[in-house]
Amino acid sequence: MSKALDLITRVRGVRGAMLVSAEDGLVVAEQLMEGIKGSAVAALAASLAGRLRRAMEAAGTGSSVFWHLQAEQGAILVVPGDASGGILVVAVAEPDVNIGLVRLELLRAAEAVL
Amino acid sequence: MADDVRALSAQLAQDPQSLVFLRLGEALRRKGQLEAALRVAMNGLERHPHLADAHDLYARILADKHDYERAFDEWDMAVRIAPHHTGALKGLAFLYFKVGDLAQAEAHLEQARKVEPDDPTIDQAIAMMHKGVSPAPEPSTPATPAPTSALDEARVFAGLEGANEGLLLIDGAGRVLGGALKDKSGTDVTDAVAAYLAGVSQEAARTVKLLGLGAWMGLSAEGQNGNVHLGHPTPDALLLVVRERGMPLGRLAILAQRATLMARRWLEKQ
Repeated sequence: MSKALDLITRVRGVRGAMLVSAEDGLVVAEQLMEGIKGSAVAALAASLAGRLRRAMEAAGTGSSVFWHLQAEQGAILVVPGDASGGILVVAVAEPDVNIGLVRLELLRAAEAVL
Repeated sequence: MADDVRALSAQLAQDPQSLVFLRLGEALRRKGQLEAALRVAMNGLERHPHLADAHDLYARILADKHDYERAFDEWDMAVRIAPHHTGALKGLAFLYFKVGDLAQAEAHLEQARKVEPDDPTIDQAIAMMHKGVSPAPEPSTPATPAPTSALDEARVFAGLEGANEGLLLIDGAGRVLGGALKDKSGTDVTDAVAAYLAGVSQEAARTVKLLGLGAWMGLSAEGQNGNVHLGHPTPDALLLVVRERGMPLGRLAILAQRATLMARRWLEKQ
């Protein structure tokens, strides 16, 4: 699992990566820079992922395979549980991170975790 | 459509102060039930006398009834309340054209174009007027594709690529402010999606705050059968844009930014 997270945190601009249980929002594994509250982020990311999944299924787009929350000073990127056996793969990144690259590494990590 | 009217009537009965009367009045007007539409519009106007959209709705119903004099007064009132109300400006242009005042008709269309420079229907109307064809169609037979169900859909997102589909604007409590959504089978899923999205804005804000990332700007998601983008035109409102999976997330984000801007302008006018 730590190897999977390594692939993500090697991308320039990524401040940390986590594996989170989609069901209960608990941290399964993490590699985070100092100051990032992993357990809280995990809980909120899981909750947000659940809301999104339900909304997207209702909208007919099917469940999400990747999402990213863009903020003024950073971003959260997630490959949700459906694609990785109930495990969310989460990255916390700088605002100017290469989103495409992080997405690829998150998907690879999700495959590795399965 | 009958189901729309029933559902909207039920919503209005539950919350008589809500703006759902705009959608109900428009649905009835489109069905040709002009007397019922008129009653809904008048009741709405009594509750919201300073709402430009209410005067606009009333004017369109009156125009359908060929009561052009009163329609003119109502559109005129809408423009006094909201000088940039493009629906009312187009309505006035239509009436000026009908009485042969082409200069005024064009002036009103130009004014509308300044507000909505991306609205292709305004350019079409000006071109048609120069050819001697009615610039704004009779309200009951719109020349542009009609919105699927909501009056607000046309208002909020007029001129935007794919404005008649896959756009939904809701408030913080999950109430629909504009737009509509249908799934692939054509079933209206607006209310279900709105309900699920309620609270997403606050939750996204909490998440980024916890990480010290400042305000959240948008959320893009790639689905198995389609992509979505969430933005927030105001702190409480949430805008959802849904597109086919073929539209890349980056392009979707650009489209969503434009829709967010339009929604913000529309909300500021309310």
